[in-house]
Amino acid sequence: MTTTRTAPLRIADRELGSRLVMGTGGAPSLLDLERALVASGTELTTVAMRRVQAGGEEGVWALLERLGIHPLPNTAGCFTAREAVLTAHLAREACGTDWVKLEVVADDTTLLPDPIELVSAAERLVADGFVVLAYTNDDPVLARRLEDLGCAAVMPLGAPIGSGLGILNPRNIAAIAARADVPVVLDAGIGTASDAALAMELGCDAVLLATAVTRAADPERMAHAMRLAVEAGHAAAGAGRIPRRDHALASTSPDGRVDLDLAL
Amino acid sequence: MSPRPIISVRVNGDVHRLDAGTTVTDVVATVRPAAVDDSGRARGVAVAVDEQVVPRPQWDATTLDDGAVVEIVSATPGG
Repeated sequence: MTTTRTAPLRIADRELGSRLVMGTGGAPSLLDLERALVASGTELTTVAMRRVQAGGEEGVWALLERLGIHPLPNTAGCFTAREAVLTAHLAREACGTDWVKLEVVADDTTLLPDPIELVSAAERLVADGFVVLAYTNDDPVLARRLEDLGCAAVMPLGAPIGSGLGILNPRNIAAIAARADVPVVLDAGIGTASDAALAMELGCDAVLLATAVTRAADPERMAHAMRLAVEAGHAAAGAGRIPRRDHALASTSPDGRVDLDLAL
Repeated sequence: MSPRPIISVRVNGDVHRLDAGTTVTDVVATVRPAAVDDSGRARGVAVAVDEQVVPRPQWDATTLDDGAVVEIVSATPGG
């Protein structure tokens, strides 16, 4: 029955069977990461670009190649547009993809996106031919700006990176999703499965998460839970929920009920 | 016989004193021998010299100038 299946997600010219985008940071080991990625069903997964260490090995890169998962290089750790642009160009060369998760944060404490540097970097990278998926604040105006300048997807945060606080401003997330003509990916803040389901119910097209899975007590099990949550939330959003009411409304007709008070 | 000229190059933040004529390929081989597979393809590794990416096919022909700033990066877990 097709209605029970998750419709594919289209970002730029690519169709993705899974609406769960995974990150790879924070896993206790590569084996834990591999099990979690497989259990999540993800087809798109972020990697970071870092200076190579002498004697190091290319573990995560080989892992994604082996699992057939598209790499989504990010610009994590960049504080300026200049750093982010160079990192994106390095990622394009290293990973052989035009796709980039653009992340320009303001400081180490909040890890919140710096909107000025973000917009500046996005303009430059779009001009350079990148498919830009922009990690942004839960600000509908900024999201619209990023879309207007050519980002392929906007990725508002639910809560600060790694916080696990869920979706702090669901009305803003819903407003971003309702207006956007490009896919909206809820990125950061997810703590548990219900957060991921809520993101989809609010109208997001996908969810990106890492810490909630990789630092869970059982990453593989949590990855499976997230997969189900994203599918459930997407299905519920498409099914049309009932309106909220102030008072109870019986689902069973009162007609024909046993009513002993009528005696006498 | 005079010794080969020496250049000073910053690689991933550390200053290295190298022979003049050192190429990007030479530097990558020093830092990460496994970065290039048998077919010569860079696997998840990229190099920038003075904030400009040097595409893999140009590594052999790109020699480093004195004072060059080299960044060699690879895909790692993150995000």
